[in-house]
Amino acid sequence: MTTSVDLTEYRQPGRGRGLLDVFSWRYLLRLLVRQGTQTRYRNSVLGWTWSYVKPAAQFLVFYIVMGVFLQFHRDIENFAVYLFAGIVVVNFFNEAFGNATRSIVDNGALVKKIYLPRELFPIAAILVAFIHFLPQAAILLVVCILLGWVPSFAGIGATLLAIAIVAAIALGLGLFFGALNVAYRDAQNFVELIQLFSTWSVPVLYTWQMPEAQLPEWLFTVYMSNPLVVAVELFHEAMWRPTTSSAFPPPEDMLLHGGVAIAICIAALTLGQTVFRRFERRFAQEL
Amino acid sequence: MTHEAASTDQSLTPARKPSIIVEGVRKTFLLRRSHSFKEAVIGWIRGKDVWSKKFQAIDDVSFVIDEGESVAILGYNGSGKSTMLKMISGVLEPDAGRVLVRGRLAGLIEVGAGFHPDLSGRENVYLNAAILGMKKHEIDARFDDIVEFSGIEPFIDQEVKHYSSGMFMRLAFSVAIHAELDILLVDEILSVGDAPFRAKCQEKIHSLAQEGKTMVIVSHDLDMVRDLCERGIVIREGHQIFDGPIEEALEKLAS
Repeated sequence: MTTSVDLTEYRQPGRGRGLLDVFSWRYLLRLLVRQGTQTRYRNSVLGWTWSYVKPAAQFLVFYIVMGVFLQFHRDIENFAVYLFAGIVVVNFFNEAFGNATRSIVDNGALVKKIYLPRELFPIAAILVAFIHFLPQAAILLVVCILLGWVPSFAGIGATLLAIAIVAAIALGLGLFFGALNVAYRDAQNFVELIQLFSTWSVPVLYTWQMPEAQLPEWLFTVYMSNPLVVAVELFHEAMWRPTTSSAFPPPEDMLLHGGVAIAICIAALTLGQTVFRRFERRFAQEL
Repeated sequence: MTHEAASTDQSLTPARKPSIIVEGVRKTFLLRRSHSFKEAVIGWIRGKDVWSKKFQAIDDVSFVIDEGESVAILGYNGSGKSTMLKMISGVLEPDAGRVLVRGRLAGLIEVGAGFHPDLSGRENVYLNAAILGMKKHEIDARFDDIVEFSGIEPFIDQEVKHYSSGMFMRLAFSVAIHAELDILLVDEILSVGDAPFRAKCQEKIHSLAQEGKTMVIVSHDLDMVRDLCERGIVIREGHQIFDGPIEEALEKLAS
């Protein structure tokens, strides 16, 4: 008797269109982001000040160790700006990636009781991380302006491209590890390792010339194709270079590396979404 | 002749279209006996049964629910009726067979799942209505009704963590019952609140049924089920043993 019914109006519950569904759930996404930013510093006296204190402390430690003890500020003009421009990018990635990985398990109560596109949670996590990145970026901007930085179209374009690259790679990896984390909580620990690597494997505390001097050529190409390295170099070009007069040259083949990095981001997003959709069907059982 | 014509006419344009189609659905759970690799190996050496055991929660269930029907899924604890409801809502996916639905659907499965204790009652109303798939303007239009129905107006701007459990459940249920939906899945939630509030809920569900909403109800409150539903599906140990008028279904359940 069911065969006589026109089935085109029907859908299978629980089967969404993945990331595309998020557009039709914009309002909920906005509320989730607001919830994430509002409740973060509940019951804390300093509140949002913590968003400034933590990166400031991190900056101070790195500056004293790398700049003063290891004397990097002699070789790199405006080393403080160079350092901070890199730190804000890496912090954005680490927070976005970490939040996205934990987002499904953290929202487990909801995931196992009501169906909604689960991609909403990692995306909200990344938007929350972006909102926390803004005050740090604002401090960087103020310092740069005091040192004579003037905006340029190329600079703004490079900044936006860097942010897009970091958000894309964090979302791709976040979807992948967030889905794995539901069944195997080991994923969370693995992610912490990746975060450690991401802090030290990008030219934040040193310049791109140092790995070039030590690594064989092919390995250096691999190194430079890391989307995070590309994003950090874009930030250096946009924010730090305009404040300097006689700095070392920018890395060669930025276009090539940038292209490879964007391809990696797209691949990560595709893989993340595929794995996420595959595992999503068992989320409610595993949580 | 006239009789035949009438019957073919009816089959071409059915009076009521199905809202939910469930076809040969099966669901198996794996019961894990060990929770880590180490535990599994040690257990295996000691000769314990460490392999996961399969548990057939739902075995070959099929039914069709027409638009505007109120149907009860009946069964004792562990019979698989909540699993069935979760498969209709999309939270769980069947291992075999298929579930098809038409229209906007939301499960009132354990209402309040999306409540955040640090947000105010007002913010939680918006958050939960959005989780049930409502748009901002729809929530704005119904906000006053939701608060009035819950009867907790004086506390609506307080944080939900300061609510009593009764107030919490009333607000959560009120949000769910006012959602803009075509299909309502109700899982054992009418046990909330005191007697007057329950009576109010029952009345509200009645009026929703009259508006032509499709309803699937899982409850152990047999008097309420008899009152709200015209049809019952009885599930026992994952098997569908009866599908028909509610009175007969209740007899079958007791037998």
